[in-house]
Amino acid sequence: MAEPLSQVVASMPRGRFLGLLALFLGPSVAIYTLFSIYPLIATMALSTYTSDGSGTYSFVGLANFVTLLTDAVWSKPFWNAVWNNLVFFAVHMAVQNPIGIALAGLLSLPALRFKGLYRTVIFLPTMLSVVIVGFSWNLILSPLWGVAEGALKAVGLGSWFAPWLGLPSTALVTLALISVWQFVGIPMMLIYAALLNIPDELVDAARVDGLGQLRIFWHIKLPLVLPTIGLVSILTFVGNFNAFDLIYSVKGALAGPNFASDILGTFFYRTFFGNQLQVGNPTMGAAVATVMFFIVLVGVCLYLFIVQRRMRRYSF
Amino acid sequence: MLKQRAETLGVHIILVAYSLLAIGPILLVVMNSFKTRKAIFGAPLAPPDTTTFSLIGYYKVFNASHIVTYFANSLIVTLVSMALVLLFGAMAAWALTEYKFRGSTALALFLSIGIMVPIRLGSVAIVTMMRKAGLNDTLTALILVYIAQGLPMSIFILSEFVQQIPKDLRDAARCDGVPETRIFFEVIAPLLRPAIATVAVFTIVPIWNDLWFPLILTSSDSTHTITLGVQQFLGQYITDWNSVLAALSMAILPVVAIYVIFSRQLISGLTAGAVK
Repeated sequence: MAEPLSQVVASMPRGRFLGLLALFLGPSVAIYTLFSIYPLIATMALSTYTSDGSGTYSFVGLANFVTLLTDAVWSKPFWNAVWNNLVFFAVHMAVQNPIGIALAGLLSLPALRFKGLYRTVIFLPTMLSVVIVGFSWNLILSPLWGVAEGALKAVGLGSWFAPWLGLPSTALVTLALISVWQFVGIPMMLIYAALLNIPDELVDAARVDGLGQLRIFWHIKLPLVLPTIGLVSILTFVGNFNAFDLIYSVKGALAGPNFASDILGTFFYRTFFGNQLQVGNPTMGAAVATVMFFIVLVGVCLYLFIVQRRMRRYSF
Repeated sequence: MLKQRAETLGVHIILVAYSLLAIGPILLVVMNSFKTRKAIFGAPLAPPDTTTFSLIGYYKVFNASHIVTYFANSLIVTLVSMALVLLFGAMAAWALTEYKFRGSTALALFLSIGIMVPIRLGSVAIVTMMRKAGLNDTLTALILVYIAQGLPMSIFILSEFVQQIPKDLRDAARCDGVPETRIFFEVIAPLLRPAIATVAVFTIVPIWNDLWFPLILTSSDSTHTITLGVQQFLGQYITDWNSVLAALSMAILPVVAIYVIFSRQLISGLTAGAVK
């Protein structure tokens, strides 16, 4: 791939070439290293220290992690947050991505009218702030306003209504579904674009053989966009395991009721900054962030080494 | 033929139903923000008419919050971050694709870590750093973090665009003895203009909508962004439905207006940039 440098650049004095690189790459590398990579490393380093409260830090090795994973005061909320985060992710995988795929499939049907309009409207919520979306749904689902209850009554399902966001048993899934409602546009757009890239000959050949649209989609198009579905899954994973804004805006830092909607993002925020129940603890906060980093890392590696390699053979 | 028509109708019914689900809640909030309190609760689904129309919520938001300051802050932070992400990102993308040197692949990999690893996970150190540097509670702190956050994706996308520029263009300029910096700024940079929409999707929207960094890096009203400002306002006025609905609508409407105007470019940018 490496194209031979043009004569002028190749014959440039070494000093000038380095100067050129410094000019073009310097600002990016400096800002990115200083404000993205260094903080990540410094956070990991800090997770191996403890503070006595007066500003002196002492090295404790992996003691913070042992505390986090075994001391019941820490491990109970930690595992609760991990479990809730997995549920949050599972709802996205089970609801958001299939709906996204289905919508993309419908939008990519040939000769469909108003395509652009549907696309624009369905993608709209994705553009809004999570804070706005969270509050709006908070109002809509509120028994005070009664909009959701009224809507269910109108279709004869009035008895189904419950204050879902307020009940420990349903709060987390309801929040996950609000997030699905907002972000379904992303899988839809990515998969839609991948579907458009499928060569027409493949689809035409199948049509000549008498396959209907549904079977063409299921047997030909879907296997071809599997790599994109893999990409969507990893994006969902990374996004979900760093989610914070939605839970914080709807339920506050305490992620109620009784921590039923606590996920790693809110747990990290409480640990680091403190709240009504505890004082902030930077070193434990750093430990939580480090664990989150490794969770993301495992997910990304899994994607790179297994999912992508397996799926490569379908790509063209 | 008839079967096909029934199928098409079915597809449209599904898409219309889903579209209503997508914008229904937004319409509901915006519509009710223009109504009296009585009408909000009495008939939530009815659009405002002459007897129920009211702007009381908007008056309250303007009087009780620094919404104009928040809005200006968001605008400054987003525009400055985006301009610098574009400039620095384009320069880096150009150098990485054009000048192959020892370590260029390693550097490209290093710069792409940030695409997958969220910068949020370094928050503890970022807060400490900003405090030490005296940048705590300033817009500069937000801008620096957002540039670092936006660069990896923009370098990745812009590299794709740089590669598509015909090689002859720069080689012709080089033969004429044009210096490298001028080749970039006068030949290459203008050709990258179509990439702006794509990079914008990945930088402007997350910055404008971000709650996390304003929350941990800013503490006074004069540095809050609109997302944080609205979040705190909503928290305080949660029982005042007029104000809450008005504040939500004021945060929704500018985004929707910009989105509707640029949706074609944004969506084509999203699909073109992400599929590669």
